Amino acid sequence: MSRWRWFHLLASPPYVYRLAERLAPWIGAASVLALAAGTYGGLVLAPPDYLQGEGFRIIYVHVPSAYIGLMAYVVMASAAACGFIWRIKLAHAVAACTAPVGASFTFLALFTGAVWGKPMWGTYWQWGDARLVSELVLLFLYLGFMLLRSSFDERDKGDRVAAILAAVGVVNVPIIHYSVEWWSTLHQGATMMRLDGPSITLEMLIPLLIMIGAFTLCFAWLILRRLQAEILDRERRTRWVEQLVTGGAS
Amino acid sequence: MKEFLAMGGYAVYVWAAYGMTVVVIALNAWAAQRRLRRTLGELKTTAQPEDPARRPTVRKV
Repeated sequence: MSRWRWFHLLASPPYVYRLAERLAPWIGAASVLALAAGTYGGLVLAPPDYLQGEGFRIIYVHVPSAYIGLMAYVVMASAAACGFIWRIKLAHAVAACTAPVGASFTFLALFTGAVWGKPMWGTYWQWGDARLVSELVLLFLYLGFMLLRSSFDERDKGDRVAAILAAVGVVNVPIIHYSVEWWSTLHQGATMMRLDGPSITLEMLIPLLIMIGAFTLCFAWLILRRLQAEILDRERRTRWVEQLVTGGAS
Repeated sequence: MKEFLAMGGYAVYVWAAYGMTVVVIALNAWAAQRRLRRTLGELKTTAQPEDPARRPTVRKV
């Protein structure tokens, strides 16, 4: 047996479909539990901030959604690049599934940031802030990817052209991350990803880590479910899909 | 409870943020489930019952 067997299995649509079918319920249940625990910790257990009072609790939905928005883009662009280079259809399917999910969480990061900015900075939005604008560019990259992909009649062509856009757009990821250091105006600097360790007390940090884990599980569940539909759609003419839907042995 | 809901005067902002989070996650979950259900349903209605004539034949060489 080759040591690359796992790699071939992960490029095999029927294998991945069944894997997703088996994993999704567990990941979904874990996500619901973690979301409940993180929300309780963030809204009730964490002490109020000495500067922002109870208003800081928005952090528990803002940071995880911003994290998912960025992480999903890296997943999408990597998958699209793998699909482009090695012509793996399943990789293109992953990229296609990730785009709408990533876009929705990026929107959520912008929304929660705006309603947090209003009481703390006195404004919902400022065009001069690099973090805010680069995050908006991220949303447009997702939307551009989706539009471009769907504008081709042939799915293969759409996959390949959109993959180029996704790969080029990766330059925005480090820009978002470092924007608070390079052109800081309104948005504060990093709280957790610092060389000298997180600048936040444990009582506040633990619910935040739980929420980030919960959002990641939620993201994984969404991608698995979407991927199942995407695989069925792309493999509709194959024998295994026919057997799956008619209930025949596979 | 009333104090909790008031969020120290930040109620509008905090609850708007959490409310939108619930909406985004719920819509995402609903859309993902619906797409899978619909694709399965659509494939079921178009799938033909197993036709023995279409089975690949194995020939002895």
